[in-house]
Amino acid sequence: MTWESKDRLTATERSSEPVLDNEMKKAIGALCTRYPTRRAVLLPALHMVQDKFNCISESAILELAELLDIPPAEVLSTASFYDSYSLSQRGKHLIAVCQSLSCELCGCEQILAALQEKLGIEPGQTTQDGKFTLITAQCLGACDYAPAILIDQTLYKNISLERLDDIIQEVEN
Amino acid sequence: MAFEPILTRNRNHPEVHQLDAYVKRGGYASLKKAVSMAPEEIVAMVKASGLRGRGGAGFSTGIKWSFMLKASTDPIYMVVNFDESEPGTFKDRYLAEIDPHQILEGIIVGSYTTRASVAYIFIRGEYPAQARILQETIDQAYKAGYLGKNILNSGYNLECVLHRGAGAYICGEETSLLEALEGKRGWPRIKPPFPAVQGAFGKSTIINNVETLCCVPHIINNGPEWFVSIGTVHSPGPKLYGISGQVNKPGIVELPLGIPCRELIEKYAGGVRNGRRCKAVIPGGVSMGVLTEKELDCALDFEGPPQYGCLGLGTGGVIVMDDTTCMVRVLRNIVRFFANESCGQCTPCREGSVWMLKILNRILDGQGTLKDLDLLIELTDTQGALVGKTICGLADGTSWAVKTFINKFRLEFEAQLLKKYMVSKYGPHQKRGNQSLCLSIHGKGNLYI
Repeated sequence: MTWESKDRLTATERSSEPVLDNEMKKAIGALCTRYPTRRAVLLPALHMVQDKFNCISESAILELAELLDIPPAEVLSTASFYDSYSLSQRGKHLIAVCQSLSCELCGCEQILAALQEKLGIEPGQTTQDGKFTLITAQCLGACDYAPAILIDQTLYKNISLERLDDIIQEVEN
Repeated sequence: MAFEPILTRNRNHPEVHQLDAYVKRGGYASLKKAVSMAPEEIVAMVKASGLRGRGGAGFSTGIKWSFMLKASTDPIYMVVNFDESEPGTFKDRYLAEIDPHQILEGIIVGSYTTRASVAYIFIRGEYPAQARILQETIDQAYKAGYLGKNILNSGYNLECVLHRGAGAYICGEETSLLEALEGKRGWPRIKPPFPAVQGAFGKSTIINNVETLCCVPHIINNGPEWFVSIGTVHSPGPKLYGISGQVNKPGIVELPLGIPCRELIEKYAGGVRNGRRCKAVIPGGVSMGVLTEKELDCALDFEGPPQYGCLGLGTGGVIVMDDTTCMVRVLRNIVRFFANESCGQCTPCREGSVWMLKILNRILDGQGTLKDLDLLIELTDTQGALVGKTICGLADGTSWAVKTFINKFRLEFEAQLLKKYMVSKYGPHQKRGNQSLCLSIHGKGNLYI
């Protein structure tokens, strides 16, 4: 839930190796020219970090705060609000099962149950090998293709139980 | 005479993703015309067309733009609301997939009219593929001189930036969207000041829905009289209806505003799946309330759904439910959505939606009592902007869904409570065919639940 309070970030040791490499810093710097404030780059920057590391780590928060010239608490405030960002490590692939009304009417609950059984995890958890994280999505905006799941950046439409195995296989390779 | 699609006229021409092909099919003609006109003229034209915002509120676009003529901040921003996250809504996604340059043309014309110098397209995070399409479109437009400095030698400059959201329904609320654009949590702002006075980064900002902007080039090309001739008196123009749920042909259909709901389902969505009967329809996204089968003659325009107790047309995302659907479960799904998406800023919405969800879960678990239904109705009056308890209208969506579902399907809710009670007392009932249980209540006939 977006409003749920998250664990507090207490002062931590920064990792000795910087999280953001020069390439990312350059990309973030380039974005800064397109907005009137540096802070506005926070969402795109968090997207970059999340896409690369599947996680917004504490070190990343501290470094982003420095780079964008805002307090770390504000970076945490923003990062913890949005569902796309995760403060805990997500797996290599993110499977989002749509739970919207249209998808529920077309049987998303069976899809979710089958995925839970197949991967051996509950929504919100990551498989032990770190390959998959399963989450539920509120609506993927793919109601005409219900039931739909979004894996990383690919939308899988009109999912049936028979197709699930093939899809997981396809993503793994 | 059959209606010729306007906004989706290029749906069978995938080549229009390329700028040249789009121009060949008449694209950017309205922009050329627009930059030769004064912003006041365009505003008058849009006002005369009667175009109303397609994002849900249905506010007159011409009037909204006329506020911007008085804006004096430097710069002025255009923000495009591409954060469609309401369950049942996928029209803007479709527009980006079939005709992205049309969106961009609408944005450029809108920005020129409101004298904006930067346009931010706020696209929801769940649309990565559509974001890629739009970015490519923007790049093409820069190369061809439709964006950037001195557009078409008019002396007008416009920068366009694509900004990806990060998965929050609330960001569809315009001030929340501005907060997200500024890099903050998506918490709606208290209004006034309205965005036209103090919007993004403290400057005057115009915020428009994607479909609204797509209408503008056609109004400029064909004139306001042509636009008024489509649809109804109070709701002119074409509309994209997104049909989903238990129908044979889910998808987008473009029709003049005011089509009766029944016709839309029977004629354009192939009827209800498996030859079943329709039981209920959500007319425009889950926050708008529900129509029963008897109310399907409701015209889907801005005036139609309120006559049947719904909040409005919303986004035109129609969700169809067949006669096997359990309304308690449907309402639970809707309330779960709002409980998840409440931003947490106002207590009535944050707590109220979760209470409602708990009550509905209780009913479905067989722990509910008849009093729970009254309690749910009572809760609807304690939250929402309409009753003056919250900053934004998110909680109104919850209230409206709960109110209309319980009022229109009260018998079924009562039956559900009774069924659970009977099952706990006498054991499970014999199944009959694919209907789980049949009850006769208050002598009002059989109910399948």
